[in-house]
Amino acid sequence: MIDVDIEQRLGTFALAVRFSADAPIVGLFGRSGAGKSSVVNAIAGITRPARGVVRVNGQVLFDSAQRIDLAPERRRVGYVFQDALLFPHLDVESNLLYGLRRRGADERFIDPAKVIDLLGLAGLLRRRPNALSGGERQRVAIGRALLAQPRLLLLDEPLASLDATRKTEILDYIERLRDGLHIPMVYVSHSVPEITRLADTVVVLSDGQCLAAGDADVVMGRLDLKPATGRFEAGSLVDTRVAAHDPDAQLTTLAFDGGELRVPQLDAAIGERVRARIRARDVSLAVRRPEAISILNVLPGRVVAVEEEAGPIVDVRVAIGAALLTARITRHSLRELRVHAGQDVYALVKAVSFDRRSVGYA
Amino acid sequence: MFGLGPEEVGILALSLRVALVSVLVSLPIAIVVAYVLARFSFPGKVLFDAIVHLPLVLPPVVVGFALLILLGKRGPIGSLLDEWFGIVFAFRWTGAALASAIMGFPLMVRAIRLSIAGVDPRLEVAARTLGASRAWVFASITLPLALPGIITGTLLSFARGLGEFGATITFVSNIPGETQTLPLAIYTFTQVPGGDGGALRLSVIAVVLSIVALVTSEWLTRRVARTLGP
Repeated sequence: MIDVDIEQRLGTFALAVRFSADAPIVGLFGRSGAGKSSVVNAIAGITRPARGVVRVNGQVLFDSAQRIDLAPERRRVGYVFQDALLFPHLDVESNLLYGLRRRGADERFIDPAKVIDLLGLAGLLRRRPNALSGGERQRVAIGRALLAQPRLLLLDEPLASLDATRKTEILDYIERLRDGLHIPMVYVSHSVPEITRLADTVVVLSDGQCLAAGDADVVMGRLDLKPATGRFEAGSLVDTRVAAHDPDAQLTTLAFDGGELRVPQLDAAIGERVRARIRARDVSLAVRRPEAISILNVLPGRVVAVEEEAGPIVDVRVAIGAALLTARITRHSLRELRVHAGQDVYALVKAVSFDRRSVGYA
Repeated sequence: MFGLGPEEVGILALSLRVALVSVLVSLPIAIVVAYVLARFSFPGKVLFDAIVHLPLVLPPVVVGFALLILLGKRGPIGSLLDEWFGIVFAFRWTGAALASAIMGFPLMVRAIRLSIAGVDPRLEVAARTLGASRAWVFASITLPLALPGIITGTLLSFARGLGEFGATITFVSNIPGETQTLPLAIYTFTQVPGGDGGALRLSVIAVVLSIVALVTSEWLTRRVARTLGP
């Protein structure tokens, strides 16, 4: 459980953020300059807010009214920085053990062997940080933070300096840690795919203010947050379960309350929970069931709302059973098809629009 | 030893002792001063910086004279030190070490300060989030990463101490066996008829010592730089 209620002035930038979140991974989302790093710095004790409270699992780390301000080294809040910040004069093993050595036996609950195994670091222990790739560095940084036995792990854009392949790799590792260690994490990112894949609860920041906080699928689907989440990236999340694999076609069928989605083959067991992210621009609408069409996912649903806005593009919210999809279509099509709230439509989603980064294990 | 007479060995030993003690005593102070100058800004910093650098630009004789006035037997500080702790600098080899330390101090601070300024402060922040106190961060992160500058500064100051002349002769005079270091001995030889031979022999020793100090500094710095990585 993380409670944050802070006010801080940084030059001309005013930060006033308040949220409570209780989830394995809390996503702190917003564009660059929204104040994400300021919030995690305040949680870690690197900066001191002018006023407010920071609590983790009920323990007060900062409280301006009570004049409590724990030093960073006493907060037991792990911090993974954007650019790893490994100690260049120490080898990987000494980096990993740096924080562990500062903890007494009674404070140790995360086993080094387990972390080294989960992050695949066994082969790197004797190496120097300058002999590591970007992805390896970030894995060591995550391991080092975990071995300092934190009660909370902050990850500030940990993938920012990595290429796409490495990003996927680190995301896999973070999921393994979440399932294997049960350390609550705050994951900071401006990337919708990363947030939607990892976060259970999302806090949206914009201009130093908290715009929304709540369940990831609800928050990330909200149309009114578009200025903060970005038009290009708008979309919806659907919680599904793996229903079947079709090895011949190399497709996986995901079942959800409202229908089925067929996506490129996933490496997941039948029955496993999977969260699919469907970008609004990948969803088309038809008023009659189309025939002889290459699109695999044709989902009958009902229009719930039409987001009218100036410009050639409109977003249409469609209820598919209990799930909500956002379709981004032109205003021209909206008029041609006379799409309106309450209308029965078919939402069309190409199977190829799902990639590895838009489907994550929940 | 190396064809040196006992007198020459004595002069060499005294010079090394004076330079070594001056470096060992001033190093901790220089590290603290360098850290403060590199990491903090405070009112009066420019003045503080100027005072630290003063021995670099003042005539050494002036420094020696100031030491004589302040730390001489009857000086305001010297008399107190003698009375309370029994410490006497005037006309002792310890005074020569003090003069060397002060003359070499700015060189030492400059090198260490540059090195500390080159250590990414975010590494120190990272260390603190891992549970390390300020003091431990300084000892385990800042100091090791600033090691190249600490080595350079120490050897520069050491070499400067071996060559110290003006402040030393003014403060503690030129007493054979007590304060007569290498440069003072060379000067003495040049002041007597037929002393050129002796002056030359000592000068060769001085050249060799300086080269050894510089090569050692370079070698150590490279070694450390290799272990620190690019």
